[in-house]
Amino acid sequence: MKIAWFYFASPSTFYRLAGWLAPWFFVLAAILGAAGLYVGLFVAPTDAQQGEVYRIIFVHVPASWMSMFIYFVMACYGAVSLTFNTRLAAMMARALAPTGAMFTFVALWTGSFWGRPTWGTYWVWDARITSELVLLFLYFGFIALANAFEDPRRGDRAAALLALIGLVNLPIIYFSVVWWNTLHQGSSVKFTGTTMQVEMLWGMLLVALSFWMYSIGASLTRVRAIILEREGRTHWARSLAT
Amino acid sequence: MNVAAAPLAPAQPEGSFGAGFAWAFARDMKLAVRHPGETLLVVAFFVLVASLFPLGIGAEPQLLQRVGPGVIWVCALLAAFLSLPGMFASDYADGSLEQMTLSPHPMVGWTAGKIAAHWFASGLPLTVLSPLLGLQYGLDGATLAALAAALLLGTPVLSLLGAACTALTLGARGGGMLLALLALPLFVPVLVFGAGAAEAQASGLTAAPHLSILGAGLILAVMGLPPAVCAAVRIAMD
Repeated sequence: MKIAWFYFASPSTFYRLAGWLAPWFFVLAAILGAAGLYVGLFVAPTDAQQGEVYRIIFVHVPASWMSMFIYFVMACYGAVSLTFNTRLAAMMARALAPTGAMFTFVALWTGSFWGRPTWGTYWVWDARITSELVLLFLYFGFIALANAFEDPRRGDRAAALLALIGLVNLPIIYFSVVWWNTLHQGSSVKFTGTTMQVEMLWGMLLVALSFWMYSIGASLTRVRAIILEREGRTHWARSLAT
Repeated sequence: MNVAAAPLAPAQPEGSFGAGFAWAFARDMKLAVRHPGETLLVVAFFVLVASLFPLGIGAEPQLLQRVGPGVIWVCALLAAFLSLPGMFASDYADGSLEQMTLSPHPMVGWTAGKIAAHWFASGLPLTVLSPLLGLQYGLDGATLAALAAALLLGTPVLSLLGAACTALTLGARGGGMLLALLALPLFVPVLVFGAGAAEAQASGLTAAPHLSILGAGLILAVMGLPPAVCAAVRIAMD
C-alpha cells in the first residue's frame, strides 16, 4: 500500500483536517483539565513545608513545561520550513508562537504569585526566572519579525532562523537550577523517579496533558486563519465563502 | 580612490575564505577610517552614558564601585547595538550587498570580514577605553584588568550575535525597535557573565570561571554564528 505522506502538507487539505481535529483537542483539554484540577485541588494532600499555597504548582509547572516545549516544536517547524521550503510548516510555526508566549507569561505570572508567600518577593533576578523572561522576549521577537515584512514568505524564513538561533536558550532555562545555586527550587520530577506524592504528580501530569491538548487545538484554529489569509485568492478558499 | 566603486571581484576567478575575509575587512575598515565620525560617535556615546550614571544615582564611592562593572557593560551593550546598522543595512540600502553576494568568494568569508571590522571599529575601542571609565568609578587595578579581559572576550560575541540579528531585519518595517527586541535579549548571557567577571574580582574572588565561560561562548559563537549570518543574508537577498 502506498501512503500519501504529503497529502496533508497542502494548506487546502490541512485546512479541512485542522477544522475537523481542533474541537476534539479542545474537548480533550477540558476533560483532562477538569480531572487535573480536581486531583490537584481536592485529592492531593497539603504540602508539609509550604501548606496550601503549593497548589499553584498544578498550573505553574505545566505552563513552564509547555512554554519550553512549544518553543522547541516551533523551532522544529522552522527548521522543516527552511530545509524543505514548505509553506505549511512555516504557518504552523507562526500559529504556535502566540500560544507559547501566553504559557511563558502564565509561568512567570503564577511564579511571582507563588514567590510572594514562600520567598517573600514577587520577583528575583535568578537564572531560571531571567532565562524564562528572555524566552518571552524571544517569542515576542519571533512574532514581530514574522510580521515585519511585506512578503509573508520572507517573514517566515527570517523568523524560522531566529527561532533556531534562540534555541540555545532552552538548555539554559532547563538546567539553570542545576548550574546555579538559586532561590528557585530544583525539579521534583525526573526521568529516574520523583520526590513527590503520587497524587501530586498525577494532578500535574493531567494539567500538563490538558495544556498540551489546548496548545494543539489553539494552534490548529490559528493556522486555519493564517491559511485563509494567505490563500484567500485561491479557488478552493473562495469556494468556501459561497 | 572611491571605496564603493572598488572592484568587488578579485583578479583570480577562484574565491577563497581568506581572500574574501581580507577584502571585506579592508573595505569596511577603510570606510570606518574615511568616516571617523561614526566610530567616534559610538565611543562618545559610551563615555557619555557611563558619565551620566554617577550624576543620576549619586556619587558615593562605595555605590559607584558596586555598580561600575555593570554600568560599563550595559553601556558597551548599547554602544555595540547602536553601531549595528553600519554592518549590513547601509550596504543593503545602496545595493552593494547584492553585488557582494555575486563575488566568487564564499559568503561566510566576506561576512566574517565585515563582522571582524565591526568589532575593530566598536568593540575594540570600548575595551581599550573601559579602564579609563573604570577609574571614574573608583575600581581597583585587578578589577579593571578583569573588566577589560571580559570586554575583550565578550564584545566579539556581541558583534557576532548583532550581525545575525541585523541581517535578519534587513528590509523589515520598524527597523530600530525590532532590532532591539531581537538583539538585546540574546545579549543577556554575555552581560551576565561579563559583568559577573569584574564583580567576582571586586568581591575578592577570582574572575577566571566567568572568563572561561565567556571564552567558551566566544568559541561557540565564532563557529556557529557566521553560517547563521550567511543564511540570514541569503534570506534577505531572495
